[in-house]
Amino acid sequence: MNEVRTLANGIRQQQKRAVARGLTWIERGAPSGQELVRDLFSDAGRAHVIGITGAPGVGKSTLVNRLALALRTRERKVGILAVDPSSPFSGGAILGDRIRMQDSVMDEGVFMRSLATRGHLGGLSRATFGAVTLMDAAGYDVILIETVGAGQSEVEIMQLAHSTVVVLAPGLGDDIQAIKAGILEIGQVFVVNKADHDGADHSVRAIRGMLTLGMEHLAWFPPIVKTVADRGDGVDELVKAVESHWGYLRDSGQLDQMRRGQTAHLIELALQDWVKFALNDAQKAPDWEAMRDQVRSGIRDAGDAANAIIQRRITCH
Amino acid sequence: MIRVLVAKPGLDGHDRGAKVIARALRDAGMEVVYTGLHQTPEQIVDAALQEDVDVLALSILSGAHPTLVPRIMELIRDNDLTDVLVLLGGIIPNDDVKAMLAAGVAEVFGPGTDTNDIVKCIRERVKTHE
Ligand SMILES: Nc1nc2c(ncn2[C@@H]2O[C@H](COP(=O)(O)OP(=O)(O)OP(=O)(O)O)[C@@H](O)[C@H]2O)c(=O)[nH]1
Ligand SMILES: [Mg+2]
Repeated sequence: MNEVRTLANGIRQQQKRAVARGLTWIERGAPSGQELVRDLFSDAGRAHVIGITGAPGVGKSTLVNRLALALRTRERKVGILAVDPSSPFSGGAILGDRIRMQDSVMDEGVFMRSLATRGHLGGLSRATFGAVTLMDAAGYDVILIETVGAGQSEVEIMQLAHSTVVVLAPGLGDDIQAIKAGILEIGQVFVVNKADHDGADHSVRAIRGMLTLGMEHLAWFPPIVKTVADRGDGVDELVKAVESHWGYLRDSGQLDQMRRGQTAHLIELALQDWVKFALNDAQKAPDWEAMRDQVRSGIRDAGDAANAIIQRRITCH
Repeated sequence: MIRVLVAKPGLDGHDRGAKVIARALRDAGMEVVYTGLHQTPEQIVDAALQEDVDVLALSILSGAHPTLVPRIMELIRDNDLTDVLVLLGGIIPNDDVKAMLAAGVAEVFGPGTDTNDIVKCIRERVKTHE
């Protein structure tokens, strides 16, 4: 049996070592990782994928830790993927989400992996998509994804999660920031964390006020849950809210529609990869400088050069 | 991409040194998982396993390395993680260095080590897969 099949079998048996190594392969972005995802794909499709997003420091990791513990008491196996930004200067990263997850990650039914964005924009890393398929195939019932601390462009999570939880904290104008940033549009559940601080009720009212503008007619109206994540307050209510959203998605047929949209996004990502590889090849080719000079001096236009690069990639692969 | 777990086992009161190392490794282009203070050997090795790191960098100031390090190395063997490069930093008396190396630590770095030396050591010893 080849290496990919052996690893895939270990993953299906939920062997932690195999899961960890498989995630590394996927992160490497090499053909072996793609082959692995392809092999596992038929075993995926059962997990409930939940995104946890919100500004830096609102308590996402602390909440993920509590969610994982609460889901374990309900006998769910939990996979966690936590994304932190890579440095644009060195390419390195400090991945610190695990600090807040120490209580849950030692549980046999929890697997947690930190991912760096590695230049991918949108709040996730490129590998997060394949990583979800892997964890799903490994039999994790719920997959929690913590995005990088979100601003206005970190909304790719909606292309991956079934339920997106937007976390806010009172004070600091966070609620207003979120409304301006457009992050309210992506949430199916809202959390006002740090409810032990002043202003939590105000935040709840502000969010509800924004949501009711034009959303009353929707079949799913996003619940707003107050939590104190470091104490665990409100976490049961949050679990109920995301589970009821999962039930809604399945009963209403929305899940299928969502999957179609997300599949289109996967194709888009794969196409972007392809273009990146093509450009890489082109820049290494002996005629790259000549091609660039031709475009610069107007002998050739950029679109024509792009065409030539694509043609070459097609014939070489 | 080289992945490193920077871990602080035991009861040390602060983690300034560990954070300096973590930042230096990040600035050298590595991905550094940092797990905070007061980690048990079990937690550290479990994190190394799940994060599939190439390097485990331990920082111990408390003097508890004679018990903590052999226990960590034992767990590393039990979990079949012997490929992981284990480095030890902090306050390790010269007399103990030999025992630490014998336990399976690849290199010991004393206080005041130039972080560039640690980076260099990792780059030389980790066979990257890319
Ligand atoms: N007072 C209070 N503090 C909290 C609460 N939840 C989390 N914190 C604290 O807020 C800080 C940030 O928590 P994290 O869970 O790391 O926040 P995060 O959103 O994951 O942060 P990033 O990953 O850096 O974006 C920590 O010091 C937590 O202990 C809460 O409900 N109340
Ligand atoms: Mg976090």
